[in-house]
Amino acid sequence: MEWNKGGLPAWGAVAIVGVTLALAWWLIPGMHASSKADVAFADIIPKDAFPSTYKPRPSKTTLIRGATVLTGTDKEIVGGDVLMQDGKIKEVGQNIPAPQGAVVVDGKGKFVTPGVIDIHSHLGVYPSPANEAMSDGNEATKPVTAEVRAENSVWPQDSGFTRALAGGVTTLQILPGSANLIGGRSVVLKNVWSRTTQEMKFPGAPYDLKMACGENPKRVYGEKGGPQTLMGDVAGYRAAFAKAAAYRQTWLKAGKDAAKTQDRDLGLETLALVLEKKIPVQMHCYRADQMATMIDVAKEYGFRIAAFHHAAEAYKIPDLLKKNDICAVMWADWWGFKMEAYDGIPENIAMVDHAGACATIHSDDELGIQRLNQEVAKAMAAGRRMGYQISRAHAVAWMTRNPAKALGILDKTGTLESGKMADVVLWNRDPFSVYAQAEKVYIDGALLYDRDNPAISPRSDFELGQEDNGHTGGAGQ
Amino acid sequence: MNRAMKNIFAVILLSTTAAIAQPASQPRMHYEIRVPGGTQLPVSGNVNGTLIKHARVYTVGAAGTLPDGDVLIRNGKIEQVGQNLPVTPETKVIDAKGKPVTPGLMASWTQLGILEIDLVSEGNDTTPNTAFEGAAFDVADAVNPSSSLIPVARIRGVTRSLTTPGDCGDVFCGTSAVIDLGNGPDLIDKRQAGVLAVLEPVGGTGQKNSRPDLWTKFRETLDDAREYWAQRGGYHRPGGSRDQRSNRVDLDALGPVIQGREPLLVHVERASTIRQVVQYAQGNKIKLIILGGAEAWRVAGDLAAAHVPVVIDNNKNLPANFAELGSTLKNAARLDAAGVSVIFMPQFGAASHYARTITQIAGNAVANGMNWEHALAAITKNPAQALGIDGYGTLEPGKDGDVVIWDGDPLDVTSAPTAVFIKGVQMPRTSRQTELRDRYRDLGKHAPSLGYR
Repeated sequence: MEWNKGGLPAWGAVAIVGVTLALAWWLIPGMHASSKADVAFADIIPKDAFPSTYKPRPSKTTLIRGATVLTGTDKEIVGGDVLMQDGKIKEVGQNIPAPQGAVVVDGKGKFVTPGVIDIHSHLGVYPSPANEAMSDGNEATKPVTAEVRAENSVWPQDSGFTRALAGGVTTLQILPGSANLIGGRSVVLKNVWSRTTQEMKFPGAPYDLKMACGENPKRVYGEKGGPQTLMGDVAGYRAAFAKAAAYRQTWLKAGKDAAKTQDRDLGLETLALVLEKKIPVQMHCYRADQMATMIDVAKEYGFRIAAFHHAAEAYKIPDLLKKNDICAVMWADWWGFKMEAYDGIPENIAMVDHAGACATIHSDDELGIQRLNQEVAKAMAAGRRMGYQISRAHAVAWMTRNPAKALGILDKTGTLESGKMADVVLWNRDPFSVYAQAEKVYIDGALLYDRDNPAISPRSDFELGQEDNGHTGGAGQ
Repeated sequence: MNRAMKNIFAVILLSTTAAIAQPASQPRMHYEIRVPGGTQLPVSGNVNGTLIKHARVYTVGAAGTLPDGDVLIRNGKIEQVGQNLPVTPETKVIDAKGKPVTPGLMASWTQLGILEIDLVSEGNDTTPNTAFEGAAFDVADAVNPSSSLIPVARIRGVTRSLTTPGDCGDVFCGTSAVIDLGNGPDLIDKRQAGVLAVLEPVGGTGQKNSRPDLWTKFRETLDDAREYWAQRGGYHRPGGSRDQRSNRVDLDALGPVIQGREPLLVHVERASTIRQVVQYAQGNKIKLIILGGAEAWRVAGDLAAAHVPVVIDNNKNLPANFAELGSTLKNAARLDAAGVSVIFMPQFGAASHYARTITQIAGNAVANGMNWEHALAAITKNPAQALGIDGYGTLEPGKDGDVVIWDGDPLDVTSAPTAVFIKGVQMPRTSRQTELRDRYRDLGKHAPSLGYR
């Protein structure tokens, strides 16, 4: 267990966990309630309406040999090999013998990292072309729309997916926008060309709920009945969760046949699942004080904030983030486009990381997603310039392991460890250089992008037959 | 102290500072410069100059690159560039130890100096708020030398900006200026550095004009300007000028453009629209610079033949709208190969706060096939030439002392300057951002407490 490295004996840890759980049982209304009813809300609601139909694409046993391997677990293996078999990472190390019939890729002078994960993207919901007909990211009709799901807006033919693939992105979380206090469910996708969104859905990834602090809901609803202020924002979250708690109680009282007897409210259902911690919250917040307020709101209702997104001022409260086990999802150097982003600094990621909290890069941008390696490089360099020792083996986690952790999929992807999905990028050089390019990108072991082979470069339907748009082709455009 | 008194005090303080910071005919050893936070730092003056030795000097001029070169900066200017320049006892010497030295960088098509925060109206002077003015909207009226964006950009090597109005939802959005990012109080190097026109219904919000709408207004306004300038004195006489739709102030502002003295900066993306504008400019003897140019590579031959420079964010490679279907990371390399003068802007849509991203954009253009030296010229010499800023853009004797020493490849994302000179003055290495960093960097430290750091 990662957190038990400090030498605390295992029995001590067990005891602490036990006491904490007991206390939580007693203190958190949500946990009480589920025990009384002897059944969880999650178990009595209708099953998910949009199941994943994702299937790994056909893959060959592949051995990348003699590369510099950044595993995502703070390790750098010089002259390292990565063996992918049956869609999984079979082995990572040195001098791995090639299984019979394996494709052997010469990695000399090249780098291997886990597939890049963008935890904050609007690809598909704000696609290219970005015209009014395709603007599907914000259900800005009322401040709380917990009932909507990003997956129902995703357009799989957004060319942005192909470009992100050429930047090494293998997994992304598509979020509703931040106009609303509660914007709806996000969806986690594998970056594979598909006819349907269900075919892209990351198998087994939990849903998350997008919520937003600060200026955006005020700007959108200030003249439309509110919220008009930050206090109005907070009252809005609390009212929504109070209602959801009552809804949940009603269903629990109705027991396991509740779905047959109760009226279904899709928004309250989602919020009730948030209260049961089945759906963590991805919380858009810029300012330190706003993040602290949201930590209190989460405690009041017993939900879990997995990450603060944008978090321009995370460097002011890394201790608070660490204590509450919340990741900060940040840009390398965005700032100043609105008042609450005025204090963003290039050292943000490095300072959060240095304090021992979970630091993650994100793009929130269809161009930025193509170069998350460069964004990490900028953040790493900013940290080094202020005197921190940051190895590239460590920094790579900001775009792989840490976003996987914040999404609850670290057991499946995010590092190069045997048994995990073979989501792998081969870079033509140190990925933390502006000149680096992803050369080969594997998802579940399948080679889905090859810079040297135009035949292995996906292209969206939208781009077919458009005049003069076929010169470099699809992903590599 | 009441507000009026404070204002008077501020004026006095400002005029004193102005007097001190004027480029004096008798150079001073030390003078005060303003740094964020209000502290006054003595900075060594330029009387005896600074000699940078043992640098990899990218002159971007005829001398090319000197692998082990020296640069002497004195009296605000670059005095000498060469090898083994003699050290005089009074000269401050910086041993660059083989690190790169480049001209200060120029960020083009930004709103540096006229924008503090996009979404805060009192901190945003980028677009006309009334239908009253078009070309007459002059950014020079708004440039704020105390903007917090300026130190943020210059500590990353940006020393000049082509500051333009923002896209305004109309055809003519106003008049640009070239500024330096030094200590002021006057940052404006060149007023009337081009009028911005938008001829593509892209970007912005709300009701979009169609292309014929934009072109009709574009041609009519420029026709009016020609007529007006031909008989300027008669404008107010009854019957002296036809009843024009344009304002007198706008027609005044268009004078340098119709006379071919200053460029028309036209934001267009689609290949066919670019070709149309190039033809119009040639037919009417207008000096043209294309902004945006997502599909410029498709008409690279026309642009090269007409000697029209193009300002681009080369990272734009998505079919963001029907005018930009041909967007590609190869845009810069293809334009450059065709002989077009390429100029990089910082990140499109956020070019002011992210002025420092011009190196990253240039670096990515190199990764996608552009020659490295040409990419450096695209953020130094090319904009200087396009805008007629003769005193800046290369490391050559007689040019302004805009010089940057880097800790690594200037175009790589992990590199940063170790020293930045603007017009011969070494800039402080602080910004509002470095002060925030330093306040919060050690939360465990007990004293002084955070708010007192």
